Amino acid sequence: MIALENATVRFGSRAVLESLSVAVPIGRSLAILGPNGRGKTTALKAMLGFQPLDTGSRVAPKIVGYVPQSASLNQRYSVRDVVVMGRAAHLGLFGQPGPEDFDAASRALEHVGIAAFADWMFDRLSGGERQLVLLARALATGSEVIVLDEPAAALDLRNQERLLRLLTALRDERNRAIAFTTHDPNHAFAADDALLMMPGAETLCGPVDAVLTSDNLERLYGVEMRHTTITGPDGRTRNAILPAFAGKEAA
Amino acid sequence: MSASEEGLASLARPFVRMPRAVAIYVGAIVVLALVLVTGVSVGRYAVDPVRILDIVGQSLADPFRDLAEVDERIVMLVRLPRVLLVALSGAALAVSGAALQGVFRNPLVSPQVLGISQGAAFGGAMAILFGIWGLPLLAIVFLSGLSALALVGFIARINGRSEIVTVILSGMIVGAMFSALVSLAQFLADPNGPLPAIVYWLMGSFASTTWERLFVAAPGLAVGMILLWALRFRLNVLSLDEAEARSLGARPDVERWLVFALVAFIVGSQVAVSGIVGWIGLVIPHAARLMVGHDHRTLLPASMLLGAAYLVAVDTLARTMTAAEIPLGILTALVGAPVFAVLLRNHYRDRTAK
Repeated sequence: MIALENATVRFGSRAVLESLSVAVPIGRSLAILGPNGRGKTTALKAMLGFQPLDTGSRVAPKIVGYVPQSASLNQRYSVRDVVVMGRAAHLGLFGQPGPEDFDAASRALEHVGIAAFADWMFDRLSGGERQLVLLARALATGSEVIVLDEPAAALDLRNQERLLRLLTALRDERNRAIAFTTHDPNHAFAADDALLMMPGAETLCGPVDAVLTSDNLERLYGVEMRHTTITGPDGRTRNAILPAFAGKEAA
Repeated sequence: MSASEEGLASLARPFVRMPRAVAIYVGAIVVLALVLVTGVSVGRYAVDPVRILDIVGQSLADPFRDLAEVDERIVMLVRLPRVLLVALSGAALAVSGAALQGVFRNPLVSPQVLGISQGAAFGGAMAILFGIWGLPLLAIVFLSGLSALALVGFIARINGRSEIVTVILSGMIVGAMFSALVSLAQFLADPNGPLPAIVYWLMGSFASTTWERLFVAAPGLAVGMILLWALRFRLNVLSLDEAEARSLGARPDVERWLVFALVAFIVGSQVAVSGIVGWIGLVIPHAARLMVGHDHRTLLPASMLLGAAYLVAVDTLARTMTAAEIPLGILTALVGAPVFAVLLRNHYRDRTAK
């Protein structure tokens, strides 16, 4: 479980988080949405423990699996060596990864479906593949909580689909708490709950079906939204929400 | 595997690590052995390599035997301790540089960045100015190097945390201050007394190496190197972005200082016995990285071997090229500075190209 209770964070006089309470228990997942600059990343950092709270408290396990928006790593490590770094917390200051740590890394790579990449150099991979490697590293920590910072923001459609399927699959395993930020309401459907950081200091939190309505999203972004239904790749009908400016005027 | 993944497979070819790394290590060990033997062999009084092995073998069997022959005394009392100290210093300085570059996530930093060398130089200059030699000089040099680091730590620590940029700038400040103090010491020194001694010492040289000096410097150099080697996997984690490293259970702002302290141990020990020998920690890790990659588990031993071989080779050149020995620090800087210039341009060209 990962949670913030009455968390307040101020930058100068501006309260970015105002008495925010949010909890993600094991077995559930949460999508965090909000306009630019509203404090999505601050909320995420607060959950991770990277952002000191002015008031309030944080509940989290010692290690939280974290997937940054993009890899800081531009050095020549193999994918396997990147993922095995997820074991660092179990090894301590002077510890060296052993066979069981490399096994854990291999399992994590299989989990995200990129076991074939294990021996490749990380810096040669595309952005989408790097994202999956970082997710594997977060899984390799063995933490029951995974936090992802805009995991799909820099990905093309093909890789967005891949990542969303993975997030949905992880959610459906029901043995972890997962939280991620996103700018795309339709990506939030890969979660159970959504936290909407509304303009001002208001927040809305609840199951995605209840919270992700076009009314709420219009207030969230200040843009008219439309509901639509589409046929998914499995032939089943899916609900989608699009901004009214999407598409091109029909002749 | 899908078509796009196969396309990627051709781009990111598997990097076959073990056989290549083993070949590189074997090559580096052979080169180091050759350089060591050559270093003991050549000089104004050349000693045949086979004879060297014979002399060293006899001395190993009976360390306190009488050294009757001239070549025995040259090998055992002059060249062997020197070559061993040079090799140990080169290895330790290269490992320090590799570790610092990992922690700073920047291939352009070196032990000088932290102001340790300048602090140690100031201690040495003051000691010589006041006519202090021998073990007390070594102690003063060592302690002033450590206090420079402590000062950097104090300046860089703001609101309980120290950012990497602040550390580098603090190191520059402390280094500049100690450099000015060294100049002041030189200005005050008697040109007919300590001044030449200070200047020569600052240039960096292993010319006056004895077994005693080797044993004074060896513990700091060896312990520093061994502990950095023990940290090799942690260095991989510390070379990540700070938030990532923290999420993996590391405490970068604390653990970084452990690495700095070990580097201060190494640099202080080396400067104490042989003056300022710069640039090894910059040039060698870069060369090693080109050969074995960025993983500290392979980078540190490669840096160690290359650093030892490189510094012994340069030291051998320094004492054989001309009749009067050229201070080693001059040669390492003459080689190091242009290499640094090339690295700097390549590093930022790659960065701005992205």
